[in-house]
Amino acid sequence: MQPLLEQACWDTLYMVGWSTVVAVVGGLPLGILLVLTDRGGLLQNVVANKVIGQVVNVARSMPFIILMVALMGFTRSLTGTTIGREAAIVPLAIGAIPFFARLVETAVREVDDGLVEAVQAMGGNTWTVVRKVLVPESLPSLISSTTTTIVALIGYSAMAGTVGAGGLGDIAIRYGYQRFETELMWITVAVLAVVISLIQFAGDFAARSLHRRGGRSGPGPRLRLLKAKEPAAADISKVA
Amino acid sequence: MITTTGLTKVYRSRGREVTALDGVDLHVREGEVYGVIGQSGAGKSSLIRCINLLERPTSGTVTVAGQDLTALAGRGPRAGRELRQARSRIGMVFQHFNLLSSRTVQDNVELPLEILGRSGKERSRKALELLDLVGLADKAKAYLAQLSGGQKQRVGIARALAGDPKVLLSDEATSALDPETTRSILQLLRDLNRQLGLTVLLITHEMDVVKSICDSAALMEQGRVVESGTVSELLATPGSELAAALFPVGGEAGGDDRTVVDVTFHGEAATQPVISQLSRTYNIDISILGAAIDTVGGLQVGRMRIELPGRYEDNVVPIGFLREQGLQIDVPGASDREPLLVKDGAK
Repeated sequence: MQPLLEQACWDTLYMVGWSTVVAVVGGLPLGILLVLTDRGGLLQNVVANKVIGQVVNVARSMPFIILMVALMGFTRSLTGTTIGREAAIVPLAIGAIPFFARLVETAVREVDDGLVEAVQAMGGNTWTVVRKVLVPESLPSLISSTTTTIVALIGYSAMAGTVGAGGLGDIAIRYGYQRFETELMWITVAVLAVVISLIQFAGDFAARSLHRRGGRSGPGPRLRLLKAKEPAAADISKVA
Repeated sequence: MITTTGLTKVYRSRGREVTALDGVDLHVREGEVYGVIGQSGAGKSSLIRCINLLERPTSGTVTVAGQDLTALAGRGPRAGRELRQARSRIGMVFQHFNLLSSRTVQDNVELPLEILGRSGKERSRKALELLDLVGLADKAKAYLAQLSGGQKQRVGIARALAGDPKVLLSDEATSALDPETTRSILQLLRDLNRQLGLTVLLITHEMDVVKSICDSAALMEQGRVVESGTVSELLATPGSELAAALFPVGGEAGGDDRTVVDVTFHGEAATQPVISQLSRTYNIDISILGAAIDTVGGLQVGRMRIELPGRYEDNVVPIGFLREQGLQIDVPGASDREPLLVKDGAK
């Protein structure tokens, strides 16, 4: 039972990990583009904004299990197969990109227009504004958004069992539901709860410590811990 | 240093047109502190944003340091490279500071230098030098949350100076600060103006700001410049609203048994004891109803409202004496009195 659970755990983390990376890489520019192309934005383009917005909306409201089936052709052309962990990553990532993009849009919109104006007054271009203002200033929110996306992806990944990708959700359904091994199901639930809590805690902690230095209070003892976390944050901004 | 000609800005939204600037001609000389004052909605913010083309003027031209910025702007909504380079030579300070909370004080000051592509060593040397200049050398590693409003504005000023600008635009830089801090920030701007030969264009709604640091001023109303000139020129302009606001004098207008005159000092005469000379020469009692005198650019300028006994007609000679001393004399409510004089003459 233990190796079974262990394998399932790794499967879940593998799928969620890779699809998160793809979602961030794809969703971050998309979300920023949604802000920039909006009316009054730096790259105002109403048509592009409407098109991107519509695509994001449709993709986001699609039930994941249908998206997974609908994308099978695309998945095969990309991974050569429609079953297994790798095959599940494709629909997971594609489902998460618009989800993350909307969260990024909300986070970036929160950045004060005055900061954008200040950088323009210094002679900065749009790329400078994105790199020096929009991403760093919204970083705490972007980290929270990433956490939310990871948790949502764990939820989606439970359905990946239907394409033989394994994972914790698959265990719960096959063993717990179909074979009436209620005990195993509860263990799975507990493991999932622990995993989700850990991710949420780590995300909140990172976001809060980043926010702290810009926020009201002075530098707490956490500031030192934060230094260690900064490289991870820098990776995200590099992606932008 | 800064010249605008026929600057017009019209905002269009949902079919409605709002004219924020209506043919503004402004001329700011090199090395002076020029204040534009006006109420909210007078078009000050649009004006200062049109100077560095953060707002595209609908028509008119903007020339800064001999460079026609409106010609650099191009047609598209985005700023081309030439305009961005020109902007980097114009510093700007904001009402709400507009500093990045994700950066330390020093990193905020380095931001314009990053945009200019300077090396890390040069950036840090320049930033520390500027922080020293604004009196925040010890706060280089602090985050903004640890600074007071006045300190934040000092960081904003240091940042604005990072690109070695010849021109500094100040958008209500002291409006979010308390009176004490306002004074120290204004003093800093004045010092920078003197030390670095920096030309400062500031907009404000506070008369005190103009009074304490400006060499020249312009009054804006409904998108137009109503009055403009150096402080002493404004004082010399009869009926100038700005002069009246800068140097307010109390007291009511004259009546049948008393004559009230406004004496304006601008230049040499202010150092002469004219009032006591007047009193002694004509043996009359003079009451001072109100006075506002200041030292502007090394000269004493100001206004004084005095009361002489008797009707206006009886005081023509003493008033003539004051005019001879090179003083400007205005009689409040004189326009009502003029026809009377003519009638007297006709008799």
